[in-house]
Amino acid sequence: MEILPILSTLRRHKITAFLVIIEIALTCAIVCNAVFIINQRLDRMNMPSGVDEHRLVHIGLADIGVTKDQKARTAEDIAALRQIPGVAEVASLNQVPFGNSSSNGGIKLDPKQNLSTLNATMYSGENLVRGLGLQLVAGRELQPDDYMDSDVVMRAVHERDTKSIPHVIMITENMAQRLWPGQQALGKQIYLSDIPLTVVGVVKELVRPSIWDDSAKSYSMILPMREAQGEYMIRTKTPQDRDRVLAAALTKLKEINPHRVVLKKHTFDDMRHDFFQNDRAMAGLLVGVCVALLVVTALGIVGLGSFWVAQRRRQIGVRRALGATRSNILRYFQTENFLLATIGIALGMVLAYGINLLLMVHYELPRLPAIYFPVGALLLWVIGQLAVLGPAMRAAAVPPVVATRSV
Amino acid sequence: MFVYYLDLAFRSLRRNTMLTALMVLAIAVGIGASMTTLTVTHLLSGDPLPGRSQHIFYPQVDPDPKRTDDKEPYDKLDYQSAVDLWSAHRADRQAIVVDSRLKLSDPASGAPPIMAMMLSTTADFFPMFDVPFQYGAGWSAQDDASRARVAVISADLNQKLFAGANSVGRTLRLRNSDVRIVGVLKPWRPSPQFYMVAGGRFANGDTADYYSKTEDVITPFFTGLDINDGSFWQFTCWSLPARTGHLQDAPCVWLGLWVQLDNAAKVAGYRRFVADYAAQQKSLGRFTHAGNARMRSLMEWLDFNGVVPSDVRLQTWLSFAFLTICLFNTVGLLLAKFLRRSGEIGVRRALGASRAAVFAQCMVESAVIGLIGGLFGLLLTLLGLWLVRQQPVAYADLARLDVPMFLLTFALAVGTSVLAGVLPALRACRVAPAWQLKTL
Repeated sequence: MEILPILSTLRRHKITAFLVIIEIALTCAIVCNAVFIINQRLDRMNMPSGVDEHRLVHIGLADIGVTKDQKARTAEDIAALRQIPGVAEVASLNQVPFGNSSSNGGIKLDPKQNLSTLNATMYSGENLVRGLGLQLVAGRELQPDDYMDSDVVMRAVHERDTKSIPHVIMITENMAQRLWPGQQALGKQIYLSDIPLTVVGVVKELVRPSIWDDSAKSYSMILPMREAQGEYMIRTKTPQDRDRVLAAALTKLKEINPHRVVLKKHTFDDMRHDFFQNDRAMAGLLVGVCVALLVVTALGIVGLGSFWVAQRRRQIGVRRALGATRSNILRYFQTENFLLATIGIALGMVLAYGINLLLMVHYELPRLPAIYFPVGALLLWVIGQLAVLGPAMRAAAVPPVVATRSV
Repeated sequence: MFVYYLDLAFRSLRRNTMLTALMVLAIAVGIGASMTTLTVTHLLSGDPLPGRSQHIFYPQVDPDPKRTDDKEPYDKLDYQSAVDLWSAHRADRQAIVVDSRLKLSDPASGAPPIMAMMLSTTADFFPMFDVPFQYGAGWSAQDDASRARVAVISADLNQKLFAGANSVGRTLRLRNSDVRIVGVLKPWRPSPQFYMVAGGRFANGDTADYYSKTEDVITPFFTGLDINDGSFWQFTCWSLPARTGHLQDAPCVWLGLWVQLDNAAKVAGYRRFVADYAAQQKSLGRFTHAGNARMRSLMEWLDFNGVVPSDVRLQTWLSFAFLTICLFNTVGLLLAKFLRRSGEIGVRRALGASRAAVFAQCMVESAVIGLIGGLFGLLLTLLGLWLVRQQPVAYADLARLDVPMFLLTFALAVGTSVLAGVLPALRACRVAPAWQLKTL
């Protein structure tokens, strides 16, 4: 329609037009990448753990070395915790998912290998599959006669006494896939350092306690060792029982031994919440920046739009006097903004792609998915149109009689 | 003349409050965002030991028999290497460092015990890192050798247990042992907690924990090993330790060693010494390879570990991109503002004002906008830093505005707005006097 006259007008306002374009382009580039990072963080925060999250509570006690007495004390604790109404299962284990501190080991497929095939985290503790609510997908759970005391195992490893070292292990489906792609893992042998272990069970998922590489987040294994380190995971019968069970468990543990220091006491939901606090803070910050950017850009368009309208009052008046309707004027400014926004968006897409390449190099971010481009473009078009609406309406309201004044 | 321009600027700002408010807002938000992140980055990337860091070094050797010379050595040392290098006394000062968690109580008060971090180190730690004392002093080399039951405590712990009083000479119960307090530190908060930094390569940019607070209690190295035996954490092991948490004879790396070398000749000498030590251990059969011995200076070590968290770096980039957008926005708005006054400028030019005078007046007006924007930007920066302090990160308590950053806020605000004003001012001073007069 009126594109040609608009273009010739814009040519006489090169700098202002250029500024609007640049502003839209930069906003588009930054918002696309920021939203992408936000989505990455949100995805990460929804990372599956494999455990029965809404029914678990964790209690961590301090200052418990591995002593003979400690085994008896742990057995006593577990027996007492089981008595609490609402408790379904209790596990004493060496580490907890999303716990921020982990015990890990290198896994080899051949004992003569110089470097490990992968690094996986080592969970141990009795009754872990049921205690954590893991989902068994193949093989069997660890049986009571698979188990050994972890301090005995440590000593045996050092003295190379192979009789007192476990010989079976459970691993996650992800780890099995990585070790033997497309094959059945059951019955296969892996080497932890140089200790041979046979895979007897595979669980669907079990996340590591601390995650330094997201691609290895579910490389976990469960060893048949009894632990007495003061880490307890309690699975309740229903999610509503959690708070009451946690309080009752703490009272009970204090009753048994009032001198113990409780380091950790929380529900698993809280542990997940704490584990991803940095991701949540970053996502929140980026949302804030995106909103602020869009607002600043919109205000910029309003400001320049108002200026343009004020500058062209006479021109508008003449057009109105020559028969242009109010909606003609309105559409003129809207089309003008649409043109500028389109150029800005096109530049912004190129810039967004460039920024994404930089982020891929420096922050190991994946490639920006193509869907961000049309969605980003649509968003900026809408914002541009909304921002220009005010000034454009004011322009449309200019009466034709202006044309007769001050000439 | 300047005062007159200032007066004109304020008049002009009042004339179109809407446009002025938009500009001030844009600058304030841009400044607030970038100064908040810049302050955090500045605090996190500074030199934790200004004036001394160039003399401090971190030697490394590789005791793992399964690795090769083409790999970086582990970030920490095994017990024997650390103690050998330390007891050779070939540096001006040397300190082994390791920290561990333990139960701590004040036997006199009977208050419930707390879990605290204990740093175990050697006597040179205090003079080498210029650690400030409130009361008492560190221990002597003699105390290191005799495994004396002494301790230095942090200002925080002294406040908590003894309400800030001089607690030198009092007794503290560490796990099952009693130690005598010989020194109380002044508040000491190196950023990062440089002497414990290790493993940055494996942190995936998540390095906020390097900015943790310093330990509550500091004991002589060998004393600490005695008191808290069984509770030490390995950096890594190449086979399982015989006794968990007891690492003296374990195939594990878990100790840091810091040395002070006062001149270039000594640095070269010590570098040779570390390489020779590795070669000697290889010939003795304890090491299988000796080529990857390293010795980085403190700042090189922090750089190698990438101590500034990647989230913080990303935020800084983001906020400067944000400031750029605000800058373009301001350019556009100033252009609108100045050109709208073409008539007025035309009259001034016709009455004899030079182009330079018009230009100067426009710049004064831009600077005034910058100054007001800076003022609001400062408020937003303070708000931003407050928000950072609410975050659950280890460096949260560090996020405060210091004087240089306070001044930089205004410099950046005025600089930005003056920069934004140049183009519009150039356009404004090119207004032709005659043409404008004609239309009046």
